[in-house]
Amino acid sequence: METLILVIIGLVAGPLLGGLIAGLDRRVTAWFQSRQGPPIMQAFYDVAKLFGKEKMVVNQWQILCAWVYMIAAAASVGLFFAQGDLLLIFFVQAVGAVFLVMGAMSAKSPYSQVGAQRELMQILAYEPVLILVFVGIYLVTGSFSIEAVWQLDQPLLAKMPLLYLALGYALTIKLRKSPFDFSTSHHGHQELVKGVLTEYSGPYLALIEIAHWYETVLVLGLCALFWSTNVAYMAVLLLATYMLEILVDNTMARMTWRWMLKRVWLLGMGMSVVNLIWLYAG
Amino acid sequence: MFGSFIKKSRAKSPWIIHFDCGSCNGCDIEVLACLTPLYDVERFGVVNVGNPKHADVLLVTGTVNHRNKKVLKNIYDQMPEPKAVIAIGACGNTGGVFREAYNVVGGVDQVIPVDVYVPGCPAKPEAIIDGVVVGLGKFAQKVEEAD
Repeated sequence: METLILVIIGLVAGPLLGGLIAGLDRRVTAWFQSRQGPPIMQAFYDVAKLFGKEKMVVNQWQILCAWVYMIAAAASVGLFFAQGDLLLIFFVQAVGAVFLVMGAMSAKSPYSQVGAQRELMQILAYEPVLILVFVGIYLVTGSFSIEAVWQLDQPLLAKMPLLYLALGYALTIKLRKSPFDFSTSHHGHQELVKGVLTEYSGPYLALIEIAHWYETVLVLGLCALFWSTNVAYMAVLLLATYMLEILVDNTMARMTWRWMLKRVWLLGMGMSVVNLIWLYAG
Repeated sequence: MFGSFIKKSRAKSPWIIHFDCGSCNGCDIEVLACLTPLYDVERFGVVNVGNPKHADVLLVTGTVNHRNKKVLKNIYDQMPEPKAVIAIGACGNTGGVFREAYNVVGGVDQVIPVDVYVPGCPAKPEAIIDGVVVGLGKFAQKVEEAD
């Protein structure tokens, strides 16, 4: 019963928090660029408007793919709030990510196709990092369950600092921020238009936006696990991490997927493996 | 409740696509000036999307000629309803000084229905922002009538 209540809290709080974070993000970005920026609630207005638009699809696949992506993202957040198994959460969100790509590939538009290929590259880059972070958590707690993390008397960050940095790569990719924003760009009038999102429109784009909010909450939730012993420090850690993300987004140019694979695999996975060896030996 | 929130949101989140239909670039520069920190149209939730499938408002600058009228119609058709069209500048409104030229069809309204005409050569950014705001009012009215 308690688990069910936690799942419902997760399903409701996920999009609310995600939308607020998206709104705050645009506000802070505007502040960096000495603009005023949109209202904090802007992300909700955008999604509500998209739900009210005409349903225009290229083919039936897109409808299915948008729904599966949304449901998988929501399920992974629900599992996270239910203190579920980290590996299960990982696989559920991976299924969603792959469906997003399949929907984009089902349309003939070259922008959508290129965006889908690049999204696959991004998945290839961040998924191993996520798995290594989960392995690290296993080595510390002896379990893949989130419940075990809450029973620690010392924050995970003390034992897995390098893995936290590697998780930062995964967070930047998942948030679709510069320098890793090449599968879909924030500014749709560039070379890629909207990449993987180009062919989704109206209510289906709204579903994908909600799925994106869920994923943001999921990855930030994983970051939160790194300081599970003190709620205040956890909030500080999350705030600092997200502010750093926005700063990086505003100061970096978009790079290529080759650059991303080199950085994330060499640096990200290198740091992860060093940290894992330290955990294993120490 | 959700329905009324959607209605309210429409006016708060106009995503714009800008099409240069044979303009001299004067009006285009003014359109882009609206996005700079000085005017900052993102305050009103305006985003320049560059993809007709995501857009709510079509901004057209320049005259329509026989070569690009199909492109203009195609972009208009790709935008999901509800949508609004704003013709910007003297050329977009009527064909401007080029209206008598043999290759020119005329203003944007010769090809697609136009909701708002923004005059000027080039149109001022303030006038363009005003045009978008008036356009949103019209489009809210259209949705109201359709219901």
